[in-house]
Amino acid sequence: MTRLLTLNKYFKRNKGKLSLGILFILISDLTQVYIPLVLKDSIDTFKNNPSIDLIINYAIIIFVLAVVSGFFRYMIRQTIIVVSRKIEFDIRQDFWVHLLKLSHRYFQNTSTGNIMAHATNDIGAVRMYVGPAVMYSIDTAIKFIIVIAIMLSISPILTVYTLIPLPILSYFVYKLSKKIHKKFTLIQEKFSDITTMAQENFSGIRIIKSYVREAFEIEKFAKESSEYRKRNMDKIKIQALFTPLLFLITGTSIILLILIGGNMIIDGKLTLGDIAAFMFYLGLLIWPTIAFGWVANIIQQADASLKRLQTIYSEDIEIKENAETDNSITEIKGTIKFENVSFKYRDNLPEVLNNISLIVPQGSTLAIVGHTGVGKTSFVNLVSRLFDVTAGNIFIDGKNIKSIPLNVLRENVGMVPQETFLFSDTLQNNILYGIEKTDEIMLHKVAEIAQLTKDVNNFPKKFETILGERGITLSGGQKQRTCLARALAINPKILILDDSFSAVDTKTEEEILVKLKEFMKDRTSIIISHRISTVKDADNIIVLDNGIIKEQGTHEELLEMSEIYYDIHFKQLLEEELEREL
Amino acid sequence: MADLNVEDEILGKAYDSKLMKRLLSFVKPYKKYVVLAIIINIVVAALLAIRPLLIKVAIDDYIVNSNYKGLITISVVLFAALMFQAVIQYFLTYYTQLMGQNIIYDLRVKLFAHVQKLSLKYFDKTPIGRIVTRVTNDVESLEELFSSGIVMIFSDVFQIVWILIFMFAMEWELTLVSLSVLPILIYATFLFRKKVREAYRDVRFHLARLNSYTQEHITGMSIIQLFSKEKKEKEIFSEINEAHKKSNINSIFYYAVFYPIVEILSSAAVALIIWYGGGNIIQGTMTIGVLFAFIQYTEMFFRPIRDLSEKYNIMQTAMASSERIFKLLDNNTMIQDPEVPKALYNFRGNVDFKNVWFAYNSDDYVLKDISFSVNAGETVAIVGATGAGKSSIINLLNRFYDINRGNILVDGIDLREISKSDLRNQISIVLQDVFLFSGTISSNINLGDESITKEQIIEAAKIVGADSFISKLPNQYDEEVKEKGATLSVGQKQLVSFARALVFNPRILILDEATSSVDTETEMLIQNAIKKLLVGRTSIVIAHRLSTIQNSDKIIVLHKGEIKEVGTHQQLLTKKGIYFKLYQLQYKDQELK
Repeated sequence: MTRLLTLNKYFKRNKGKLSLGILFILISDLTQVYIPLVLKDSIDTFKNNPSIDLIINYAIIIFVLAVVSGFFRYMIRQTIIVVSRKIEFDIRQDFWVHLLKLSHRYFQNTSTGNIMAHATNDIGAVRMYVGPAVMYSIDTAIKFIIVIAIMLSISPILTVYTLIPLPILSYFVYKLSKKIHKKFTLIQEKFSDITTMAQENFSGIRIIKSYVREAFEIEKFAKESSEYRKRNMDKIKIQALFTPLLFLITGTSIILLILIGGNMIIDGKLTLGDIAAFMFYLGLLIWPTIAFGWVANIIQQADASLKRLQTIYSEDIEIKENAETDNSITEIKGTIKFENVSFKYRDNLPEVLNNISLIVPQGSTLAIVGHTGVGKTSFVNLVSRLFDVTAGNIFIDGKNIKSIPLNVLRENVGMVPQETFLFSDTLQNNILYGIEKTDEIMLHKVAEIAQLTKDVNNFPKKFETILGERGITLSGGQKQRTCLARALAINPKILILDDSFSAVDTKTEEEILVKLKEFMKDRTSIIISHRISTVKDADNIIVLDNGIIKEQGTHEELLEMSEIYYDIHFKQLLEEELEREL
Repeated sequence: MADLNVEDEILGKAYDSKLMKRLLSFVKPYKKYVVLAIIINIVVAALLAIRPLLIKVAIDDYIVNSNYKGLITISVVLFAALMFQAVIQYFLTYYTQLMGQNIIYDLRVKLFAHVQKLSLKYFDKTPIGRIVTRVTNDVESLEELFSSGIVMIFSDVFQIVWILIFMFAMEWELTLVSLSVLPILIYATFLFRKKVREAYRDVRFHLARLNSYTQEHITGMSIIQLFSKEKKEKEIFSEINEAHKKSNINSIFYYAVFYPIVEILSSAAVALIIWYGGGNIIQGTMTIGVLFAFIQYTEMFFRPIRDLSEKYNIMQTAMASSERIFKLLDNNTMIQDPEVPKALYNFRGNVDFKNVWFAYNSDDYVLKDISFSVNAGETVAIVGATGAGKSSIINLLNRFYDINRGNILVDGIDLREISKSDLRNQISIVLQDVFLFSGTISSNINLGDESITKEQIIEAAKIVGADSFISKLPNQYDEEVKEKGATLSVGQKQLVSFARALVFNPRILILDEATSSVDTETEMLIQNAIKKLLVGRTSIVIAHRLSTIQNSDKIIVLHKGEIKEVGTHQQLLTKKGIYFKLYQLQYKDQELK
């Protein structure tokens, strides 16, 4: 549990409010436990000193005490629970800031769903600890101490008898909620299986229908649903014990009170008022007793969640600025040099790039072609430092890429990744994502180059159109062109296009390339493409195969060679011509 | 779950008799459970209400009268009642939950089965996430209604009724006095419910916003980092996080006010009992045991009323969910089977398109007056640019959609006269984007059809050349295929889908050749596999490979929904049209090589 102590820094920030909260708990509990004592006195009054005035007084005191206690109860929530939300805010903030620092590799190896589970479930579990668990622990402890002290002062024997069943209740609550939590995890797992199955089924509905597998799919789904029902019933079998046990144990306490307390009254050792007070106190202790077992679970779960969160915190930040960083570098021009560069994703995996040496002069265009999986994307990811080389060096303007401050490098490298990712924000905000201020001139300029103007004019809200689920869905080509515009808007010295026109039709692509040529006059570009038409005008074309440069030269030179490049060229002619002809 | 779906956010009324009637129809098979539950409920409620009465008796008759023996007896009775109550309470909970789970199961499977029947038109128009939500979360939110909601409402009502009966029987005046705080409690409860619901909706909105922001930006993390926007995204997150915090703190207020008010009212009731009851006791018109009983009764009275707001919420969510579920169940976007379908005897595989017109949306025709025929065993290649209508031809032959005008015939019978399953059993389809299901390689080839044996699967894999890579996998044919087939390469996935098409041994094969560029070796495998697939069956191929096109019996050049040229390779060459031009270009290149 020492792990939970790491949360103390969050508590410390809210020290003042928390101490106030504890004070409020104390006041509220003290006034609350005073009520049964008044009740006791009033009941004893009926017998010993019957007086209507006195009784009215007691009734008023009870009401006033309740109001005071209630007011401080309100104040407790306004302090302690509010603090818990503040701490939750801090924890989330720290978590997010840490995520922003983690490297590309981490996000490639960890599914979004997995990180989301940490962001929701684990942070939620920790909040339950810092909020309700802390509140109830303090409340329970204080209440127990005061109530038991008063009960003992009235009758030690009766206190022992009536309180015996309560620890049993705590124990059961602890055990049962632990079991239920386990069962609940199993239920959640099955639920996510069902969700996945439905998702897959609906995505693959064409295949299912065309192979007439509907009946089988329904049966499969029914089987999973039935398992889900079974797991639910497993939980219910345990959960259903809760209420009866609660009744049984608290009920036993009351019966013991009546039986033993009754005997003591008959013996003249106690008054009816004492019994009434006891009855109230038992009522006051029931909830804290339940809370006790419940809190124990919350603490355990918070501990487990914290452990998972800490594995993220201890995740190595692979690409960061360090002693090598030369902060005097504030701009780059764009000459890229690969010197014996090798790269592999992990030690035990084969090399994706093997001893590559190459110079891309400032202002020139390098094109990379090759089959899928030959290392084209890895090549450009090294230039933007999403990954670092495993061996060799990359120089930009003669300076080692690792010495260039990360933000200087990335602010000058415009990247259009293979997977088009746009935020569900306006078109304008997406295009101008990389620059600080809204720049209308730049917006229209890059939209024009990316051939987006015509599409934008067809949207009712033009550049204010919202993309994504809550807005419009762009076609694949439109998305790619938006990503291009976004990369151009940062005014990059180096532009990287990773298969960025695969969904753009040939004619539009040609228009883009013409406009791009002018924009890129003094800038360096690296273009990856499967289409020969995209790369044929590049100053230098390399063909990657198995991590090495197999062929290198201009379009004409490579065609002369009649090797891989030629093959690819030949295969594509048919389709491209088709599009052009029709 | 995280997305902000407007349709899913609307909460309407808590009770709608039409919806309720339909919901109750799902309860019908479990009528016995309901009757039993109600009976048990009456008993449990009575046992609960009788305890204060017994305690009153213990005080007034035995303690006050110093009767040890009587006190023991009544303690035993109390304990017996308690045990009995505990036991039947357990079974009550268990069986009502079992009923709820069964109903949820029925509903979920029924809904899923219904979705299976819907035509592609529905899937085209509806985001998959939304259909998934219907089958999962929406059904789930009915669980509470069925498993505890309905029964709990009965139980609360019975409890209130019993308590009232006992209270009035004991002291009707005191009953009225002590219950005088009730109107305030009821008013406070409903006000609280309303406020909390608004606050809670706000919390949910901000939580959803927070989650969808996080989800989206984790997915797009590389963009954030590539554009050096970490600082800005930290600020944006902070704003969203802050709004979420504020909405939560806002909702705390209502809880912070409501719960103390309930406690104060409860103490007020006690104070009233002391004041009024105490006066009666002093005057000797009431016993002290009654006072004890009343203090307990008012306490018992508070819980069901306080919980009313919760019940209301359950009802409201259930109504909103069931409305969405029923809307889906009522959706009849289906391709209807004929009432008396014609059987396909000795199906040969002739295909005829006769003046086919087709539009996905009203008059926006994607196929215009298409006519062609394919004889059994022949291969037709369809060439054309994106959007020419190639995929629509595939969709129509499988009867995924019905055509607007014209006829499509197989072996001379109109598709609309054959049952869909008969038709589709004769057709295998290979799509460009291969879809693999979670499961094993085997289950992805036979799609769970047990009548297809392991040997047949291996045989098919061997023919298409997939066996060589499958047998190298650690678990071979039992190797698990992960979500979206991430473990296999693009080329390997295609080979698996070829094996799938082959193992069902169709008379008609529909193949949408993939354009993706794969390494030379896999490309060879794919070319060979295609050749083998086409042998001996009617094939319609959306072709991208020259070899496939040249070897086909007929080539159709499609442009903007119309057939521009049709004929064999030779015929089209002599025609000197589009195809000729294309071919010339290729030819020149080949000479160059």
